Amino acid sequence: MNLILFTFIVLLGFTSYYFGRKKAYTIQSTKKRLTALPQFYGYYLAIWCAIPAFIIFSLWAIFEPTIVKLLILSDYSNQGYLDDELNLLYEKSKALSRGQFTGEITPFIEASAEKYLSLRSIAQSSKVVIVLSAIIASVAYAYKRISSNSRTREPVEKFLNAVLFTASLAAILTTVGIVFSLIFQTIDFFKVIPLFDFVFGTHWYPAKAFVRDSSEALDPTMYSDTFGAVPIFAGTFFIAFIAMCVAIPIGLMSGIYLAEYASTKVRQYAKPLIEILAGIPTVVYGFFAALTVGPFLKELGTSMGLEVSAESALAAGGVMGIMIIPFISSLSDDVITSVPQSLRDGSYAMGATKSETIKRVIFPAALPGIVGSILLGVSRAIGETMIVVMASGLAANLTLNPLESTSTITAQIVVILIGDQAFGDPKTQAAFALGMSLFLVTLCLNIVALRVVKKYREKYE
Amino acid sequence: MNKNKEQLLNKRYKAEQRFRLYGLSAIFMAFLFLTIFIFKIFSTGYSAFQKTWLIVPVTFDAELMMLDQNPSKEDLQDADYYDIALKSMADLDPNANEDQENELKRMVSYFFEKEIKNELLNDPNLIGKTKEVYLTASDDLDQVFKGNYPRDLPEDQRRVSDYQLKIFDQLVANGKVESKFNISFFTNADSREAELAGIASSFMGSIFSILVCLMIAFPVAVLAAIYLEEFAPKNRFTDFIEVNINNLAAVPSIVFGLLGLGVLLAIFQLPRSTPLVGGITLSLMTLPTIIIAARASLKAVPPSIREAALAMGASRMQTTMHHTVPLSMPGTLSGTIIGLAQALGETAPLILIGMVAFVNTIPGSPMDPAASLPVQIYIWAESAERGFVEKVSACIMVLLGFLIIMNLFAQIIRHKFEKKWS
Repeated sequence: MNLILFTFIVLLGFTSYYFGRKKAYTIQSTKKRLTALPQFYGYYLAIWCAIPAFIIFSLWAIFEPTIVKLLILSDYSNQGYLDDELNLLYEKSKALSRGQFTGEITPFIEASAEKYLSLRSIAQSSKVVIVLSAIIASVAYAYKRISSNSRTREPVEKFLNAVLFTASLAAILTTVGIVFSLIFQTIDFFKVIPLFDFVFGTHWYPAKAFVRDSSEALDPTMYSDTFGAVPIFAGTFFIAFIAMCVAIPIGLMSGIYLAEYASTKVRQYAKPLIEILAGIPTVVYGFFAALTVGPFLKELGTSMGLEVSAESALAAGGVMGIMIIPFISSLSDDVITSVPQSLRDGSYAMGATKSETIKRVIFPAALPGIVGSILLGVSRAIGETMIVVMASGLAANLTLNPLESTSTITAQIVVILIGDQAFGDPKTQAAFALGMSLFLVTLCLNIVALRVVKKYREKYE
Repeated sequence: MNKNKEQLLNKRYKAEQRFRLYGLSAIFMAFLFLTIFIFKIFSTGYSAFQKTWLIVPVTFDAELMMLDQNPSKEDLQDADYYDIALKSMADLDPNANEDQENELKRMVSYFFEKEIKNELLNDPNLIGKTKEVYLTASDDLDQVFKGNYPRDLPEDQRRVSDYQLKIFDQLVANGKVESKFNISFFTNADSREAELAGIASSFMGSIFSILVCLMIAFPVAVLAAIYLEEFAPKNRFTDFIEVNINNLAAVPSIVFGLLGLGVLLAIFQLPRSTPLVGGITLSLMTLPTIIIAARASLKAVPPSIREAALAMGASRMQTTMHHTVPLSMPGTLSGTIIGLAQALGETAPLILIGMVAFVNTIPGSPMDPAASLPVQIYIWAESAERGFVEKVSACIMVLLGFLIIMNLFAQIIRHKFEKKWS
């Protein structure tokens, strides 16, 4: 129904464009000068068609459900029901009217289901009537108004500008959405679990917090020693550290080689080849780590008499390091190439070899940019999910032994939220609290890294 | 004194060579990882494109199927195929006792009666006759035939019994086992049985998510880039937008999953597990990538183009829409494709919005529950059965194939259509 109406409105839009342009041509044929190109007259009318339709559609979407609900619940208002019960009754009658209701059908609910259906159909048909009449009225008004000396280009362009501006707000809205979706659950979580316990507790065992009914959910003693995030944070930074131990030497050295030593031809082929590593989906790395690297390390360890877990932090961290190589190599390559040639020439003129120039002159000059690229790499390592979920342990374990299994923030979020979630359960809220800490940590890293890189660029531009 | 100097010089040259070698070996290491990686995936995955069939004689006994004389099409549909299916498997070894008959049944796939049914539906004249029918082998025997299954394990650690192996070897010796191209891997939906599981449902899920993502992210991102690059005044607010965009590009993908869960599912009540929600979540993730690419390619259009248009009396909007934006399109499009390729490989946010549900039907619209290719990889990688290992690798090969095609496409657009301003 909505789709048909929408198509109809689009068609109306095209028709009004046509009429607008036609009117412009008629004006032109009377030898009067137009103030804008004829198609602007068309666009002008089409906008007059779109705006009222859009406004009415959104008003309807916001208010229709509330009004229908009010009307239906007014039948029950004097019978002493609680708010929750009323809501339940409403949901039941809605489900019944869609034929999805499976519980016991009482005459009351049946009556409200019928009422719901009739109200909905009234709402639908009145929406059609109102939208169409509003469109026709506004287009007719605008059609009457346009004449040889009326301005059409300016309003059309203003409208377009407004559309462009709204689109650019999408980024802000996304950030707001992220903060919004995280913050409420996090606050609820800290109402039950003290912040101190979360940040300094050393036992993470969310499975213990499984509650069957909501009366238990508010008993805080039950959660003491359950949501201590220290092992999780430690595991996250530990795995990220292992990853950087792999990624920094390899990434940095290949970046230096590509920038300073490699011929144009080698560079042309080697750079995209290394960047393939960045394009491989992380779930593929996870599979590789779990299936190949983990068992390989375990076998290797056993042959050397070491006890290695099949889900060791080393396997996950190492593979994650491989994934981060291209980020560091590309960025540091860019940074090193943008060091001015004069610095190199000066060093060579003093008799320094190439490697001495790199180590003593170029590297210090490029250091801020390289630090920025490393920070971005760290932020990636901390936020990486699939490798850890598949190749590292799922149980929190406070350890500094790379051969044991540990868990990370991202892995815990997935473990808690996979399958069905009940909002309002401290376990689910814990996942959001972890998400919030992840978001804050990566946000800080990103801001610092981006600022450092930007400062560095400005220095040599 | 002179000797000392020479030594020092030699030392410095050696250091120079060493440093060069470090760089070379770093690049070599990166390549080595890439090669091992691709080799490993291909070597475990290629066998999934073959499927093992057992050729078993089936007698279409009308009595056992509870069919009357001259059965109609509906009768054939409703007939009982289980008994003849069982019998045909039991007949492989006339001396089999009841346990062994059970084992014989488990040599073929779980839905083997369906395959026999389809055979009869294709040719109703088979009633009362015996025909050799191709039946899908069970995933364990499939692995045995491909040589992926260690036969020398003790029997109680194997999922294939000695008896099954004996009969299977007889069948192989008689040429009754055949390997063919595995079409069902591409046409079947996911299944709990490894030999029947296919990627069709997750593939459609991926396509729908990417389409939704493209339809939302592309227009919004392009419009936003146009505003920021061509119209935005330089002030605090637009700076704030820029900082936002750059940050969003580096926010971990799982946070977008939490956004999808907390806002799209919990507040807007959109249906769980659907490509619609997945696509919206992915579009928020790709938005910054596309905006950054589009802005870069708008920036690359030389100011002379704009000045020429303005000098001819075009308005700023006309200049932008008629000249700048079309000229920037190749760069924008290739950036969009690269962003979509990223979204196609994304797993974590989709898991959070419930696209890991077991779906054994092929979704027909973005509103149906579905998985996606990377999520399918995750689901299969987590299953214990040996038959899924090669499926995971094969699925990875399909996914990587798509990513390579998309990236090539982006390169081609960039090199073919982009104007070089010098």
